[in-house]
Amino acid sequence: MKKLHLILAASAAALTISGAPAMADRGTDGDLKIIFWQAVSTMNPYLSGGTKEVYGASMVIEPLARYDETGALVPMLATEIPTVENGGVAADLKSITWKLKPDLKWSDGTPVTAEDAIFTWKYCTAPDGGCAQGAYFEGVSNVEAVDASTIKISFTDPKPYPYSALVGGQSPLIQAAQFKDCLGIKAPECTSANFGPIGTGPFVVKEFKPNDVVTFTANPNYRDAAKPAFATATLKGGGDAASAARSVLETGEFDYAWNMQVEPEVLATMMQAGKGKIEVAFGTQVERIDLNPFGVDPSLGDKRSTKEAGPHPALKDPAVRKALSLAIDRDIIDEAGYGDNGKPTCNILPAPDIYVSTAVDWCLKQDLEAANKLLDDAGWKMGSDGIREKDGVKLSFLYQTSTNSVRQATQALVKDMWSQIGVTVELRNVSANVFFGGDPASPDTFQKFMADVQMYTNNFDGTDPEKYMAGWMCDKIPSPASGWQGENIVRYCNPEYDALVKELGKTGKLEDRAVIAKKLNDMLSNDVAQIPLIHRGQPSAVSATLEGVKMNAWDSELWNVADWSRKK
Amino acid sequence: MFTFTIRRLLFAIPTLLAISFIIFALLDLAPSDPLSDLPLTIPPEVREQIRAAMGLDQPFLIRYMKWLQQFFINEPLNIFEQLTGLTIGTGERMRVLSWATRSPVVDLIVQRLPQTLWVVGLSYLFGVLLAIPIGVISAYRQYSIFDQIGTFIAMVGYSVPTFFTGVLLIVVFSSWLQWFPSIYDTNLVVDSWSSFVMQVKQMFLPVLVLTLYNTSQISRFVRASMLDNLHMDYVRTARAKGVKEKVVLLVHVLRNSLIPVVTVIALGVPTIFSGAIITEQVFRVNGLGQLLITAIQGADIPLVQTLTFIFAVLIVLFNLIADVLYGILDPRIRYD
Repeated sequence: MKKLHLILAASAAALTISGAPAMADRGTDGDLKIIFWQAVSTMNPYLSGGTKEVYGASMVIEPLARYDETGALVPMLATEIPTVENGGVAADLKSITWKLKPDLKWSDGTPVTAEDAIFTWKYCTAPDGGCAQGAYFEGVSNVEAVDASTIKISFTDPKPYPYSALVGGQSPLIQAAQFKDCLGIKAPECTSANFGPIGTGPFVVKEFKPNDVVTFTANPNYRDAAKPAFATATLKGGGDAASAARSVLETGEFDYAWNMQVEPEVLATMMQAGKGKIEVAFGTQVERIDLNPFGVDPSLGDKRSTKEAGPHPALKDPAVRKALSLAIDRDIIDEAGYGDNGKPTCNILPAPDIYVSTAVDWCLKQDLEAANKLLDDAGWKMGSDGIREKDGVKLSFLYQTSTNSVRQATQALVKDMWSQIGVTVELRNVSANVFFGGDPASPDTFQKFMADVQMYTNNFDGTDPEKYMAGWMCDKIPSPASGWQGENIVRYCNPEYDALVKELGKTGKLEDRAVIAKKLNDMLSNDVAQIPLIHRGQPSAVSATLEGVKMNAWDSELWNVADWSRKK
Repeated sequence: MFTFTIRRLLFAIPTLLAISFIIFALLDLAPSDPLSDLPLTIPPEVREQIRAAMGLDQPFLIRYMKWLQQFFINEPLNIFEQLTGLTIGTGERMRVLSWATRSPVVDLIVQRLPQTLWVVGLSYLFGVLLAIPIGVISAYRQYSIFDQIGTFIAMVGYSVPTFFTGVLLIVVFSSWLQWFPSIYDTNLVVDSWSSFVMQVKQMFLPVLVLTLYNTSQISRFVRASMLDNLHMDYVRTARAKGVKEKVVLLVHVLRNSLIPVVTVIALGVPTIFSGAIITEQVFRVNGLGQLLITAIQGADIPLVQTLTFIFAVLIVLFNLIADVLYGILDPRIRYD
């Protein structure tokens, strides 16, 4: 009898807990209005790769598992996250086996099977398809169906971190039946499928107007019968960030606005209307200043900014590099350009928490005295014009970045800070679509780095930093031979570093991986390969009437749109 | 007149071909890159594959020839098939595809036309309808209060940029008073009285901004042209003959004054189609102007190429129309 009581009490408790979030039934909260000022161009992230497309598509198509707001993996279409412990990842780390949730259905009512996963892999790896998310399937040798709901992904080499293919907003499952005639070169011709993929997510595309507006209705076959709370959703695009912020924070016409890159004081004024607030999620974005170790003098011609040009006459000196970092007051830059959307940092690997090093915080505090002393000791003498000089080499640099008001303000601040240690800079800004364009014919790309110093932001997807840290290996330096492609924009080369990255590739245990990753980060910061400035957050505007938003920097910001509801 | 029109139309063909080549070459030489919007997390090898899938790895001339074929043969055939329901050949042919959306460019343009014609076209029409009477009265009563006020408003409308007036109106009417929406809903279907009111409301601010601009521009032309003619000998003759002042003004002077104005108005029509880039952005009308500017920013070359070429066709066409209208308005002008 007593036992029965206990069971009853326990189930009652369970009921109240599980009952709490499901306040609304499906489709009872009307229309959800989202604004992306950079409009969505297609609903197929495999064809675009842009963040806005990945986010927009995440309302419709889902991966096996994705990252939650803390960066932890949560199963979406899978029953659980496979690990070595639960037998889902093979002991030799050469395969991973996912199990699909039972009775999963596409929005058209047909069952989701392992064949769809296999097809997704084939779709993205088909030759001539130009799949934008190809990197997610790198190292995958085969995807097979163990049974209708079990997917086995095999790797060519052991993968200590096997959560890449079909994990995260960038590589969702697409329906084999819908895309079967769209492989390879035919991919862009399937316009209706690319604009309205059949998915498993909480919403279904009703109408897609490229670069303008997407309308959705709730998915009648969504696996949680009580979700989504909204009956329809609208994803509008166009305009600029400030007016998008106004539509949520001031006029209240929209519920959610993505990517609010607006000056902090402008946002603060808008928030006084009390209709919403800015939510920030911190991922792995770091605004940094790259210091070129190679000569860039125009007289070097084709050799500029390559190893053949020889070392940079001033920046080869570790004392100069360190002094440049010490002279920067990151707090002022943060306050002026980022506000709540940024934190000063000295790490190039700023998150997740387990990877964050505290060993290089020497640069967090501006120390002009120490910087000046470093330069004095290294023999850089102050000239009569206030510019330091040694052996006929002046500390005078060309400082380039992309055109963006926050970046130009930062440039001006840094210029002033460096002038206090006898360094002068000439400022230059290049249109973002040229700077980041990577056109091998253009001399102004950040890959070519035809300047002494340059500033931009970089980050990595997901939570595992292995690929990101491998970007500083010697063989990834862009050069004419590689068509100026390569992640190692700062042209850092240290055999010790390369060896450590290789070790990371062989280490499976998370704690050990964290130790190595921190070491790599510290090496980069102590050698001043580049100067990390600001750990940047992703700001979005959220209406006060919207509930359930969990800002996520590790996956799509709309990752839990199924749980959003209207505040009663 | 007819042979003149035919001759001009034939002459337009080589002109347009040359224009298309120049646009293509300019876009090819421009340093912007279609992959610049992609996150830096996409590795270089993958970027190379995307480039190849877009056909960017092919030589310049081949890409130009392909575009010519797609635009001048495939697209018209496709339109013909859609209109008649017939299928020519296999019905499968490469259309001009946008790089950003990976969808046919012509479909994008067709989708954007309605809102651009409504907002920009309507404001042009209002602009013309308001400008002619304002210009006529201003000229007839030169230096009167009406003329002074008209001149002042025209100068304001002419010199204050639309990105300022647009945002100002949004702050006043959308943020403070909340009378009109600040964002245009392109999905609104007008099928009832309330949706019609909604459509009028959302069009009000962008149309107001553009009408102010168009009116100021055209009314100045009308005024100047009227003033030129009012002091002509034939006007004095007409008055001396005892022709009524109304007839002098509206039949004799206005008709002669309209000749330069018609050119200005006709040449302004193609700009309706190119949209009002700034105003469309401010109010998120997302018409052809917004399509063009996002394509330029994203280096979506097939889309920019096709759009600019269509604008070129319209400009050539309306130049011809203006010339023909000359002949109709002024009997002295004969082309044959």
